[in-house]
Amino acid sequence: MSTAVAEVVEKKSEPLFSKKNRKLISNPLDIDNPITVQVLGVCSALAVTTQMEAAVVMTIALTIVTASSNVIISLLRNTIPSRIRIIVQLAIVSLWVILVDQLLKAYSYDLWKQLSVYVGLIITNCIVMGRLEAFAMGNKPGPSLLDGLGNGLGYGLILLIVGFFRELLGGGSIFGFKVFEAMNIHYTGNGLMLLPAGACVIVGVVIWVQRSINGHRETH
Amino acid sequence: MKFLRNQLDKVKHSFEKGGKLEKYYYAYEALDTFMFAPNTTNDVKGSQIRDAVDLKRLMMTVIIAMVPCLLFGIYNVGHQHFLAIGQTSATLGEKIGIGLWQVLPIVVVSYGVGLGIEFVFSILRKHPVNEGFLVTGMLIPLVMPPDIPLWQVGVATAFAVIIGKEAFGGTGMNVVNVALTARAFLYFAYPTDISGGVWTYLGDAQAIAGYSGATPLAIAGDAVSTGENVVASLNTFGTGWNEGVFTLQNLFIGLRPGSVGETSTLMCLIGALILIITGTGSWKIIVSVFGGAYAMGLLLNLVGSNAYTQMPAHYHLIIGGLAFGAVFMATDPVTAAQTETGKWVYGFLIGLFTVLIRVFNPAYPEGIMLAILLMNVFAPLIDYFVVSANKKRRLQRATV
Repeated sequence: MSTAVAEVVEKKSEPLFSKKNRKLISNPLDIDNPITVQVLGVCSALAVTTQMEAAVVMTIALTIVTASSNVIISLLRNTIPSRIRIIVQLAIVSLWVILVDQLLKAYSYDLWKQLSVYVGLIITNCIVMGRLEAFAMGNKPGPSLLDGLGNGLGYGLILLIVGFFRELLGGGSIFGFKVFEAMNIHYTGNGLMLLPAGACVIVGVVIWVQRSINGHRETH
Repeated sequence: MKFLRNQLDKVKHSFEKGGKLEKYYYAYEALDTFMFAPNTTNDVKGSQIRDAVDLKRLMMTVIIAMVPCLLFGIYNVGHQHFLAIGQTSATLGEKIGIGLWQVLPIVVVSYGVGLGIEFVFSILRKHPVNEGFLVTGMLIPLVMPPDIPLWQVGVATAFAVIIGKEAFGGTGMNVVNVALTARAFLYFAYPTDISGGVWTYLGDAQAIAGYSGATPLAIAGDAVSTGENVVASLNTFGTGWNEGVFTLQNLFIGLRPGSVGETSTLMCLIGALILIITGTGSWKIIVSVFGGAYAMGLLLNLVGSNAYTQMPAHYHLIIGGLAFGAVFMATDPVTAAQTETGKWVYGFLIGLFTVLIRVFNPAYPEGIMLAILLMNVFAPLIDYFVVSANKKRRLQRATV
């Protein structure tokens, strides 16, 4: 988890959707993507992406948790004693995780059963804690909200790409719809894609493609 | 030869700078240097290398070492086919015919897909075509079952070359053995086509009554639950259609079902001899893989909790693909340990893990593939420790 000093974005008041703030949403989708660039939250990205449906639900859950925790921590940022900030952050994150968990259980029980442990583990998802530490602790609620949304969506984008290829190549379907059967093509499911190793390979390929397009290189 | 040289020279100008096909210069260059040793020499200044054996010639040596395995494999595929359908009167020619019919397409697909991808990458990345695939392209068919669907060979080859090699920077940069990556891919992606009773090519014919597709590894694995003596089961196996197929002697010679090139320990040893004499493969790795497997087998004999662990240790060296893996896969100079001491450790651990996986993990009857891939990943770490131990020793000796 990042212990870097929070990056302060905003000095004086400016409109919520100023150019700088819009970047807070667009950067995590590409050049500052939580999975492919910061390499956070990989565990859940490998675990919940065998099917598109699960990936979508996970995306929504994580986006809600990150965005709302960001806002609350940002509101409290000047009152939290820095020595116990991690435990305060955890308490707030777990509040949201439990809410999301209960909502899923109430309205979509089957998916909840499938995802349960991973929804619970959002508490320890490095993306959530990372954004709280690195952004919400040093910025106003508005930009923090955008930052949380952006990172949740950046995470979700990769989840959807990985989920798409895993479900398509592994089971020959998308959102449970048998694509190849509908086209009358016999398709043999690729078992590797259903294993976490297959997800790892796809994430690697996504990183490869992304970096050859935007030219991002690690700096040491 | 002269004719070929002239033809190559004739088209050369259009590939050179300013020529029509400048973009494809490296494709031309690859073909040229594959046929002929390059005629360029070093500058007058600097190091002078006078050896004509460049990487392409080295790779050719490995391929020559694989030829005994390939030829034997082709014959064996046909031999097993006729035995399994109960046609004992088949002639040598018929057997080789069936073998060629099954094996050659696999070789062609493997080379076609692999070299195609190599050429594309060399043109995209503007570097000469890497030689590495010459060997990989031959290794892949040898570790496939004779009845593997060809599209799977193609997909696996593409996966291995792109993900296993090109993603890491091409020949010489890969972390794990490319041919084994292809096999591991198939093993996890389409397990039904590369495990179980797929090791004999049956074609459209009906198998003879009493025929069983079980491999020695599967028989030994079953012994864990049945508690029968493994050697006794192996000796009596095959009654009615292929008497004595799994006796000690026949396991060594290799007239038994299996992947195309892996069945014959004898042919692998001939290959090993070629590699060692020409200095292409490291004898230390080959010896230590066998040593590691044998030592682990002996250790298990001492523990001896079930029928599999009680199997005589030397059986581990001849069932499955241990010999083939030890000779052609573990010695891959790119993925093996580089230090001389490290090679002993690397090989020994491969042998050890092979037996460990075979005996204790029923999901993976053949351990050599996973053991080599595992040790490929750890080879740099072994080298690191060997080098730092060496540094320490020399520092102690230093008097300053």
